[in-house]
Amino acid sequence: MSAQKPRTLFDKIWDAHVVETLPDGTALLYIDLHLTHEVTTPQAFDGLRAAGRKVRRPDATLAVIDHNIATDASRYTGIVDPESRLQVETLEKNVVEFGVPFIPLLDARQGIVHVIGPELGRSLPGMTIVCGDSHTSTHGAMGALAFGIGTSEVEHVLATQTLLQKPAKNMQVLVEGNLAVGCSAKDITLAIIGRIGTAGGTGHVIEYAGDAIRALDMAGRMTLCNMSIEGGARAGMVAPDQTTFDYIARTPNGPKGEALARAIEWWRTLPTDAGAHFDKVVKLAAHEIAPQITWGTSPEDVLPVDGIVPDPEAQEDEARRAQFRRKVEYMGLKPGQKLQELPVDVVFIGSCTNSRIEDIRMAASIARGRKVADGVRAMVVPGSGLVKKQAEEEGLDRILQEAGFEWREAGCSMCLGMNPDKLKPGQRSASTSNRNFEGRQGPGGRTHLVSPATAAASAIAGRLADVRDYQPKGDV
Amino acid sequence: MEAFTTLTGIAAPMPKANVDTDQIIPARFLKSISRTGFGKHLFANFRFKEDGSENPDFVLNQEPYRKAEILIAFENFGCGSSREHAPWALLDFGIRCVIAPDFADIFHNNSFKNGVLPVKLPREVCAQLMEDAKMGENARITVDLERQVVVRPSGEEIPFQIDPLRRHLLLNGLDDIGQTMQHAPAIDGFEAKQRAAQPWLYGA
Repeated sequence: MSAQKPRTLFDKIWDAHVVETLPDGTALLYIDLHLTHEVTTPQAFDGLRAAGRKVRRPDATLAVIDHNIATDASRYTGIVDPESRLQVETLEKNVVEFGVPFIPLLDARQGIVHVIGPELGRSLPGMTIVCGDSHTSTHGAMGALAFGIGTSEVEHVLATQTLLQKPAKNMQVLVEGNLAVGCSAKDITLAIIGRIGTAGGTGHVIEYAGDAIRALDMAGRMTLCNMSIEGGARAGMVAPDQTTFDYIARTPNGPKGEALARAIEWWRTLPTDAGAHFDKVVKLAAHEIAPQITWGTSPEDVLPVDGIVPDPEAQEDEARRAQFRRKVEYMGLKPGQKLQELPVDVVFIGSCTNSRIEDIRMAASIARGRKVADGVRAMVVPGSGLVKKQAEEEGLDRILQEAGFEWREAGCSMCLGMNPDKLKPGQRSASTSNRNFEGRQGPGGRTHLVSPATAAASAIAGRLADVRDYQPKGDV
Repeated sequence: MEAFTTLTGIAAPMPKANVDTDQIIPARFLKSISRTGFGKHLFANFRFKEDGSENPDFVLNQEPYRKAEILIAFENFGCGSSREHAPWALLDFGIRCVIAPDFADIFHNNSFKNGVLPVKLPREVCAQLMEDAKMGENARITVDLERQVVVRPSGEEIPFQIDPLRRHLLLNGLDDIGQTMQHAPAIDGFEAKQRAAQPWLYGA
């Protein structure tokens, strides 16, 4: 094997999962872990039922409820919205009928599918992981190949534990140097998307590398990989290292003892070989990244916090001018306006991008000893029941509530406007979620994507704020 | 899945890039547990005003585009969420083909699985087809998957590329699960080998 061509992390995981290659180059790819939730599975289970098929590997499948549910106390008394309730009950019936392991709504481990997979030790290096959800790219932070699929593919994986896939191209995003004060993984990922655009990674799997990436904790790596899809890449990955192994060792369901030692031995062979080929390479200097804020209705519409709203009329062609006019109008902006002058109505700290304990610590460190501005609704939604419990043990819930933040139950919440947490038309939010599309947080809602620190600072300022003006007071 | 062979119909021009799946079908309409019925919510935030009345400026509310079977747009169509409800909504409305310079990966896959044909053509060709489409009722466009051509109202034929396996499945309306099931012995073999090498992946 010594003459083997140098391979990337992606190539190695891909090669290890090809069951068969069809004559046209399509691979039958084996899937190690299939995460499922209530929104993208009912039609898949129906398909299985209609064809008399079973779930091939219930032990490699895990179901949880996250998208549809309320994140206030009403979850304890039953789901009010009849359609949401039907969708949740449908999943509850399907997991029983097909024998799929399930985390019920009121279980302490319930949470956002992309938070609980790594947290429980189910998402591991070297795995292929899929879910009917584009933010499955999150799990790539573990050193896995993880990507979102549609419902037909969900059904295909349930029935066969495989997918028909063409290999992706390799793209490397290298981030070197030290991140500036006030900046975190969210600012890196927004800066990357600002650079490559929302289609910059289409057809590629991104591997994030460089010392700024190595320095990130697992939560930061998850934030980064989570938003790969916003750059058009189906998957983002970070090579597993000691940070990864230490994280897994602390998880409740990860391999332990000898199994862990044996697994680590294999995981250490996964990082990209020296000289491996990347079809595309993008480099960023970490110290040049300032806190980032999106101004428009696409994640690529991003600027440093001291930025000003661009002038649609200054764009190069008419199609782009028209598109920018629409963005500026929808967002209720004026060309030349400073982003920091924009008042916010709602601050949302949560979502599969930024709802882990590290994110909540970051927000609490800014909130401590300060108050949310009058008229601002600020909410913190932990990514899982376990994150919530941990935060409460650390007293973060108290700090946040004393500052005037709402402290809520785990779920997708205001990321996507399909549960009771929504923006009202015209409301402006500073949000740690992943998409600022028109109507994403509720029809007519205006979303500015930011880091948890910038979100917390904005809640206190009552406008989009520069977190560097709101440094922590004392230790949290 | 219904096979796709040749389609001749009215095309609606949507001169926009980055039409994301939240625009195609907003999340609040994803609560149904069936694959049908999403057509009435297709592009809901653009088709309907806040009071629920139709927005007359939106292309699919104008004649003859209410009957559109083809949609023409610009780059990165279908980006964002993986929701298969996007091609379901297009199909349920009556749109069986989207023509654009390129597509986001997941939407592209999802379309094929539902008999919606995504056709990639260069931006200038899409712009030309949009001009054709603006002629309305008399400007029928033909998409011939068998011959891999789009036929303009003038009769001019524009060839397009497509993955041969996907073309085969679509032309015949084939279900890929049935096809994959034929590889069951190979999947069994893979699992036996993997279980021996990486036992921690089994029996969780």
